[in-house]
Amino acid sequence: MTGLLLDHLRVTKDGTALVNLDLAVAPGEVVTIMGPSGSGKSTALAAILGVLGPEFRLSGRILLDGEDVTPLPTRARRIGLLFQDDILFPHLSVGSNLAFALPSRIRGRSARRQVVETALDQAGLPGYADRDPATLSGGQRARVALMRALLAEPHALLLDEPFSRLDADLRTRIRAFVLDQIRARGLPAILVTHDREDALATGGRILDPLGRAVASPVSAPGSARPSTRQAFDFPSG
Amino acid sequence: MLTRREMLTATALCLALPAWAASGPSDWDAVLAKARGQTVYWHAWGGDPKINDFIAWVGQQAEARYGVRIEQVKLANTADAVARVLAEKQAGKTDGGAVDLIWINGENFAAMKAAGLLFGPFAESLPNWPLVDTVGKPATVMDFTEPTGGLESPWAMAQLVFEYDSARLPEPPASAAALLDWAKGNPGRLTYPQPPDYLGTTFLKQVLYGVTPDPTVLLKPVDAADYAAVTAPLWAWLDAITPSLWRQGKAYPANEPALGQLLADGEIDLSFAFNPGRASAAIAAGELQDTVRTMVWQGGTIGNASFVAIPFNAAHRAGAMVVANLLLDPEIQAQAQDPDVLGFQTVLSLDALSEADRARFDALKLGVATLPPLALGPVLLEPHASWMTRIAADWTKRYGVAP
Amino acid sequence: MAGPVIAGLAGNVLPLIGTDAIGRLLAWPGLGGAVRLSVVTGVVSTLCAVAISLAIVAALQGGRRFGLLMHALSPLLALPHAAAALGLAFLIAPSGWIVRLLSPWATGWATPPDLLILNDPGGIALTLGLVVKEVPFLLLMLLAALPQADATRRMMLTQSLGYGRVSGWLLAVLPAVWPQLRLPVYAVLGYAMTSVDMGVILGPSLPPPLSVQVAAWMMHPDLSWRGPAAAAALLQLGLVLVVLGIARLAERPLARVGRHWAESGLRRQGLDRIATPLATATALAVVVLVAGGMLGMVLWSVAGLWPFPDALPAPLTLATWTRAAPSLTATATATLAIAILSTGAALALCLGCLEAETRFGLAPGTAAMGLLYLPLIVPQTAFVPGLQVMVLAVGAADTVPAVAAAHLVFVLPYVFLSLAPPWRAWDRRIAVVAAALGASEARTFWHLRLPMLLRPVLTAAAVGMAVSVGQYLPTLLIGGGRITTLTSEAVALASGGNRRIIGAYAVLQMLLPAAGFLLALAVPTLAFRHRRGMRAA
Repeated sequence: MTGLLLDHLRVTKDGTALVNLDLAVAPGEVVTIMGPSGSGKSTALAAILGVLGPEFRLSGRILLDGEDVTPLPTRARRIGLLFQDDILFPHLSVGSNLAFALPSRIRGRSARRQVVETALDQAGLPGYADRDPATLSGGQRARVALMRALLAEPHALLLDEPFSRLDADLRTRIRAFVLDQIRARGLPAILVTHDREDALATGGRILDPLGRAVASPVSAPGSARPSTRQAFDFPSG
Repeated sequence: MLTRREMLTATALCLALPAWAASGPSDWDAVLAKARGQTVYWHAWGGDPKINDFIAWVGQQAEARYGVRIEQVKLANTADAVARVLAEKQAGKTDGGAVDLIWINGENFAAMKAAGLLFGPFAESLPNWPLVDTVGKPATVMDFTEPTGGLESPWAMAQLVFEYDSARLPEPPASAAALLDWAKGNPGRLTYPQPPDYLGTTFLKQVLYGVTPDPTVLLKPVDAADYAAVTAPLWAWLDAITPSLWRQGKAYPANEPALGQLLADGEIDLSFAFNPGRASAAIAAGELQDTVRTMVWQGGTIGNASFVAIPFNAAHRAGAMVVANLLLDPEIQAQAQDPDVLGFQTVLSLDALSEADRARFDALKLGVATLPPLALGPVLLEPHASWMTRIAADWTKRYGVAP
Repeated sequence: MAGPVIAGLAGNVLPLIGTDAIGRLLAWPGLGGAVRLSVVTGVVSTLCAVAISLAIVAALQGGRRFGLLMHALSPLLALPHAAAALGLAFLIAPSGWIVRLLSPWATGWATPPDLLILNDPGGIALTLGLVVKEVPFLLLMLLAALPQADATRRMMLTQSLGYGRVSGWLLAVLPAVWPQLRLPVYAVLGYAMTSVDMGVILGPSLPPPLSVQVAAWMMHPDLSWRGPAAAAALLQLGLVLVVLGIARLAERPLARVGRHWAESGLRRQGLDRIATPLATATALAVVVLVAGGMLGMVLWSVAGLWPFPDALPAPLTLATWTRAAPSLTATATATLAIAILSTGAALALCLGCLEAETRFGLAPGTAAMGLLYLPLIVPQTAFVPGLQVMVLAVGAADTVPAVAAAHLVFVLPYVFLSLAPPWRAWDRRIAVVAAALGASEARTFWHLRLPMLLRPVLTAAAVGMAVSVGQYLPTLLIGGGRITTLTSEAVALASGGNRRIIGAYAVLQMLLPAAGFLLALAVPTLAFRHRRGMRAA
């Protein structure tokens, strides 16, 4: 079984449910969790990533490619993350930022360097390896951040409003780039946003943090299904 | 006939046999052999670079002559070393102690002697001991009226002398009464270190010698005398002079160097020191106007000796005894008396020295501000240590807590 | 760090205190005056130092002058208290530099005037000395706390609402900064009430502040005075605790005043017109007083005869330096070794503590923090001799590690103080991103957190080095005199009052920590010269 499965994932704080998701995300599919500020979007993200604060209570399971990752620490979950702010490490060069993410089984300076340069080429940033991240434009930074997340070879991707800081024109292009990469690599992805346009652009389902379908003016394919377990076939067992 | 040296040794033997049979320098060659290669940690007040230089020079001599190294532990206060030995005793450390040798006298010696913190007696069986002038300079065996009992060995004589700037004060007052009159006519130009500072209290004792009718009672413990009657003239004198002191007596310098600095800064016209050669040495070092001269009071000034003592648990006892003995060497003593070096007066009897050694002392320059030995006048013995404590405490009550 | 303090107290102070000791303490006629002095100079100097530091930051932060000022002030941090006090004393004494510069042409004085400026019974000179020494420290602590308070945006906001700079800062930034600043202020208060070296040099002596008297009794040749000294040390501890308690209680009414002000809507723009020049002037005065005093000491170290009223020494000579030179290398090496050992240990402990806090959420409570600061508040004379007996009993005395361990007691709080705020202000999302990339906690620590926080880590190390270099009593007592450092030498020499040699050692004492601060500035700047995102704020 492949894909990301949230099996009755429920997060409560002081007895109030903030997150209640029962959801399967297929490889290459992008599911959007949408809601206003304070609705529990970030809590859902933190739960899937494994960085919930001690004040929260979690029940249910998170399965990635059939493996229960709920008891694992963040670093072992193989779930990649793209933040609203790109969060490039300011003390490392662009190339070092990417190399930081590269698994250590790729050995040798030149081999690692080669992978990094290829990734930069793919991102349309050839020759940027030695640049100071602080000198990049917003769009360039966003692309480096994505490539960094992908180089870690995640089995799923979480997107935390990754496009909200970009202006309208850039936003469309970067969004397309990110979604293309997700589909090309067949990653299950969850997008957290409060932006309807971003949500619609994914072409996937749109839920609120409590698992309810968000009514959409445009009928997007595959959206607005209250119970999503049956969204796609998965072999039993 | 016994020589003086043999007689003294014999006397010391009889007096001190039980203690030093086990530990003293009876077999000097054995001591020298044991001392070779040792490093002696000499705890000495480190406030004067000239003295530190002198100690370093003695260290070179000790190393060259006996293979003993000296490491000066520079103290801000001799009591730090006393405290250290006490702490070691409390911690049960009865050998291998950190302090090998202490520059000491007066209250610190009395305290260590009373607390059983000293090794010895050893001093009077040192090979150079017979050269010490115990008759002409009784302070070498009587430390603030406390008999040294061979528990400490002298290395320098000190005498109180007054220092004045002859450019501003051509005829300095030479008695307690004259000083009072002068101060009243020249307010703000005189002060003394704040008791219980050593020099400040010595100044009070000097005044007491000058104003009390019968100074001989001062050599007995304070309890044995009518303290109030004896000191009444001193308090009257102080009450009279205080309004005319520097800062009207609302502040006092902390110690001897601070007092000397006031003279150098021109804040006062008259100062004093426990070292007849200090002014000359300071002038030579460019730290004092060359118009400064020294003088003593009619009837004499207080004198005492500086000693070295060895703690009961010293790690390098043999080395420490070698250094104590070296300090009594005529060449070392002459070096200390050189006004360009320290200007400390010798503890030795010049009559006991060989021709060649005597010549070393005769060759010394006097220094521009130093009085010749004869002009230093009679040396008054330090009163019993209990006077110092009592007077300092009373001073604090009367003048030390002014609002 | 509370362990050594409590053990030291228990080992030394308590056994000494009998009824006799308390009786003798109470019988000391100067007790009332000494207590009053300690409390008044301590409280007044702390209030002034806090007010000045707040005013400087509120009125000047962000401006060009502020940057210049901070550059001028930060080396002053490295100056040991005793050296600063001696420099100040030479500056303001009636025979001091200021009067010399004006005499005789302006004042007509050919001999120094008989004016009671130094060692005044009211302790004004002492208060001044404490203020100028503590302002740079508080400023550094304030600057470290500002990023967490989101000061820049709060200032923009309040000013857009029409508030003046100073009033906006006081109303919107101070409440957020204060929790970070509280403990440093308490440390300053504790130091000001218990300082010995500054009290000796600048304070009155009729009677002296309680701390000076405790030290004097501890050092008294008559060992029986240790009883009253111990009792007085405990009294001093009690005084400090009472004053700290009052300071804590006073926060609530002060906060209420602030709230009323905020609710009243008074913009108080006029405050800026007074506060800005005033803050600039006091800041300049602090720099001039400390730097001027230091310059005076440097001059003394090369001075021949320098009588009043000459503004400059006539013959210049290197005699003082050549005399000091031979012993210098060994002493400087020992000083450096001890400083590196104690600071290294303190850094390791603090980083471990903060890392545990980040990983497991083990934030130390207020009580734990209070214990950490105990060594700064309890008078050294009260517990260091007890520590000495303890170290002797273990048989570890007189070694460099033992001295470094004793220094650690004092270095650790300062290192934690300067490291914790920037560490906690570090963007936690970076750790989340790294974890999402599969990085282990250790990898995040060594490759991300530590290099990104290189600047505060090195600054904390420099502060720690400065504290270690400045220690006198622990060096002397634990080192048994076998281990000498620049400061143990300098204080011994200072007791001789010889300005020339004091000047030379004061310069040296400052040089080592100053080199540390320079490295703390230079290394990150050099290492991150191609990283715009790593520039100092």
